[in-house]
Amino acid sequence: MDYFIHLALICGIFIILSVSLNLINGFAGQFSLGHAGFWAIGAYTGAAYSVFFAPPLPGFINLFISCLIGGTFASLSGLIIGIPCLRLRGDYLAIATLGFGEIIRLIIVNLDVVGGPRGFTNIPKLSNIFWVYGWAFLTILFVANLMRGSHGRAIISIREDEIAAESLGINTFKYKLLAFVIGSGFAGVAGALFAHSEQFIHPHNFSFLWSVIILLMIILGGLGSISGAVVGAIILTLLPEMLRFMGETVAQWRMVIYSLLLIVLMLIKPTGIFGKHEIFGRRKKA
Amino acid sequence: MSENTLFLFYDFLQYLVNGLSQGSIYALIALGYTMVYGILKLINFAHGEFYMIGSFTGYFLIRSGMPIYFALPLAMLIPGLVAVVVELVAYRPIRHAGKIPALITALGVSFFFQFFGQGIIGADPKPYPSVFPNKTFDFAGAVSVTATQLIIMGSTIFLMFFLWWFVKFTKIGKAMRALSYSREASELMGIDTNKIISFTFFLGASLAGFAGVMVGAYYNSVEPMMGLIPGLKAFIAAVLGGIGIIPGAFLGGILLGVIENLVVGFWISTYRDVVAFAILILILLIKPTGLLGKKSKEKV
Repeated sequence: MDYFIHLALICGIFIILSVSLNLINGFAGQFSLGHAGFWAIGAYTGAAYSVFFAPPLPGFINLFISCLIGGTFASLSGLIIGIPCLRLRGDYLAIATLGFGEIIRLIIVNLDVVGGPRGFTNIPKLSNIFWVYGWAFLTILFVANLMRGSHGRAIISIREDEIAAESLGINTFKYKLLAFVIGSGFAGVAGALFAHSEQFIHPHNFSFLWSVIILLMIILGGLGSISGAVVGAIILTLLPEMLRFMGETVAQWRMVIYSLLLIVLMLIKPTGIFGKHEIFGRRKKA
Repeated sequence: MSENTLFLFYDFLQYLVNGLSQGSIYALIALGYTMVYGILKLINFAHGEFYMIGSFTGYFLIRSGMPIYFALPLAMLIPGLVAVVVELVAYRPIRHAGKIPALITALGVSFFFQFFGQGIIGADPKPYPSVFPNKTFDFAGAVSVTATQLIIMGSTIFLMFFLWWFVKFTKIGKAMRALSYSREASELMGIDTNKIISFTFFLGASLAGFAGVMVGAYYNSVEPMMGLIPGLKAFIAAVLGGIGIIPGAFLGGILLGVIENLVVGFWISTYRDVVAFAILILILLIKPTGLLGKKSKEKV
């Protein structure tokens, strides 16, 4: 039973991560490969709060504060990283965010206060299904509402054609940054929840590989679809567990299967499962 | 000069030598990156894996008793062929889909080779058989250069000149340059663009394979994940020198190698990767065309 609860927790955390990355990559069209870095910032700052500073309050209040702290720090670093990086486009932006993600991880490795290469231990177990899915629900609601409003329209217009958007008077840089900061903020919340459900975090948890796995989730579900991001996160969290039931050898080849999936998706169905559509979306009037 | 400064100077020279040989390796890998980018505008993430494949080809061949002068060409040929197949199967069908899908595919290919290699060879590092005579030259009793380092630096300079000559003076080289200006126009001029692109992949990957064997000989250890970080570093080197420019890849590789080793020597050794990525971001922000790059119309 514990196993299933833990799986559900991880699943919820990845839903937050994929929905937030989808805001940056799918809706704003700004290709970021550094999502694991913001996840890491949220996890480490959130965990540092619980371990070093937490007053003796009930657990769920401390978890809430820790999530806020993780989210704030992650979105602040999203702001600091976004201001220079978002002037770049396309593949250069991808590489620059990759670089920043790795820099964040390497700095954590060199920070002895939070365990450095040994990992950060003794984090209290505060996350539970209720809070993880509460945050996941909040993330989905926030992103869905954002995309329905005028800000969301502006963000989508950047993806469709940046020059046209600019010529219509949209401050493209501002909206790119907005999407980037909100996305990284929610990644930070996911980090804090992750730290309080695993109780042990290690810089290795936040390597470039994980940025790619989160990316695979949203590509599989469909770039620019919230339902797609949720479904992608669920599939890719459950898939390795199912592979595990097929034997240890199959589980070892998990990443080979993932990478083949990525290549085949790009070749055959680059729009993913949902494309840009939603399950519960209102039909667009033609 | 006081004794302390003299020792500091010797230290500096030693790290400089190490940096030059490390940088030569980056330069060899970066050459392939830069050629592919110049022609296809594709960041071929999988390039570091061609280097890994070359290294392991060399590893298995030399261990099976093959002399180095047979093993080295094979270790260049096999990654080259793998690269041609990868281009054919994965990159060519989505060539017109844009930069980002190509980048994602390249990521997939890169991870495929890393984890496939880990699956069949095992994740633990393997000791590389000794390839070159184990000889060390001492200068002033303080700075030492190994034979392997000399061979690495020498062959890199040779290959760099060869490549420069090849691109500048041969017919295929001319076609490659034409392609990097405009693929459509060169197609209209009767250049078989697919063939030239395949050949570019082959050339780049075989240089990476060469670098792979050199790294095996230099560090005496290989593992399936070895391609990731040098691949990224080589990309940084290519961007630093000016992506798409062959001398730029050489300059960028050498500079990056030297800077990294100076960081290891005189600052915190674990920050070498941080510094490398910081260089990438700075160059992208300040002069995205790279040190040798000219102004181009396309904004990054």
